[in-house]
Amino acid sequence: MQTTPWTDRKVEDVIGILLRAGVLLSALVVLGGGIVYLLRHGGAPADYRIFRGEPAELRHVGSIFRAALTLSGRGIIQLGLLLLIATPIARVAFSIFGFAEEKDYMYAGFTTIVLLILLYSLVGSS
Amino acid sequence: MNVLEFSMLVGFGSFLAGFLGALTGLGGGVVLVPLLTIFFHVDIRYAIGASLIGVIATSSGAAAAYVKEGFSNIRIGMFLEIATTLGALLGAFLALKVPTSAIAIIFGVVLLYSAYLSGRDQPVVPEDDHPDPLATLLRMNGSYPSLSGPRNYYVHRVPTGFGLMFGAGALSGLLGIGSGAVKVLAMDQAMRIPFKVSTTTSNFMIGVTAAASAGVYLNRGYMDPGLAMPVVLGVLTGSLLGTRVLAKTKTRSLRLVFSVVIVLLGVEMLYKGIAGRI
Repeated sequence: MQTTPWTDRKVEDVIGILLRAGVLLSALVVLGGGIVYLLRHGGAPADYRIFRGEPAELRHVGSIFRAALTLSGRGIIQLGLLLLIATPIARVAFSIFGFAEEKDYMYAGFTTIVLLILLYSLVGSS
Repeated sequence: MNVLEFSMLVGFGSFLAGFLGALTGLGGGVVLVPLLTIFFHVDIRYAIGASLIGVIATSSGAAAAYVKEGFSNIRIGMFLEIATTLGALLGAFLALKVPTSAIAIIFGVVLLYSAYLSGRDQPVVPEDDHPDPLATLLRMNGSYPSLSGPRNYYVHRVPTGFGLMFGAGALSGLLGIGSGAVKVLAMDQAMRIPFKVSTTTSNFMIGVTAAASAGVYLNRGYMDPGLAMPVVLGVLTGSLLGTRVLAKTKTRSLRLVFSVVIVLLGVEMLYKGIAGRI
């Protein structure tokens, strides 16, 4: 029942690169947004004692992109956070391709279920 | 405190959490929420959102390193992720409904339990060479590198493991933690997967699990960029540095110190939850 280890390894190597690149990219975006945010609002009082909830433009995938394009510091940070959440999702999406390449359709199916759950959470749960 | 001072202090605290979490293998995620709520008086809902982001960052960074070693089993991980992501969705929706004082109490109990798990010696699970029919059907049996060449192992009790993983996912979504300890428990103790394979596969799964609840938190407005920024940057640099230093240090006494910190935070969370001061 063993599949050839080489193909598995190749898939895992690509996944490793994908994860590293995703984390690095999102950290850089968060850092950039953080600098803008601190330069503009660093002197404002910080208060997270009372929960108010984020405004609508920082809650959904499409509006976060628009907020980041206006170069607001909080918008850019939120885009970085979105990229970070998308990193493991991209890993799952790539795994479907990897399993399909290995003709392991059972696992391609399991992985598709996981991807659908993740996509529901990100775009369907509001 | 202004935003700049707040960001610097939260960033430094998260750095320490990530550093000690990586160094001791206990994970930094579990101390982020108590750190933010107890010392910075952050509302626990914001704290959980920021902590989840920190968990995704550290586990994705670490998983990238682990897959190279060839210990993690992506089939076991992917199959069990069906359970953890469903659990994470449930946990995140529960977090929207449950009163914050109840979340604090559950958090306190989980902190005390993880300190207990890390303090106790791992019971050695006897090897079982008989293949389990369901695990074989699911192609979960595998091998890992050892000094004397690749060693084969057989996976057992898949339904029990699946159920425990659902619980681990729900805790992760409710509390904003990685639930690494429960995941390892499910694989190592229940499914009899070798410890090294369990820990690396667990790390592989944590980011996907956290992403499943992070989407819900984001859509419901629980994810604050101003708070998440210092948390994610701090915990990421801390854990990267921690894994670098790890190879050169003896971690036993450090592990003990970190466990004591976790116990103290657990007691404080319990107290705050019961007193309704959170």
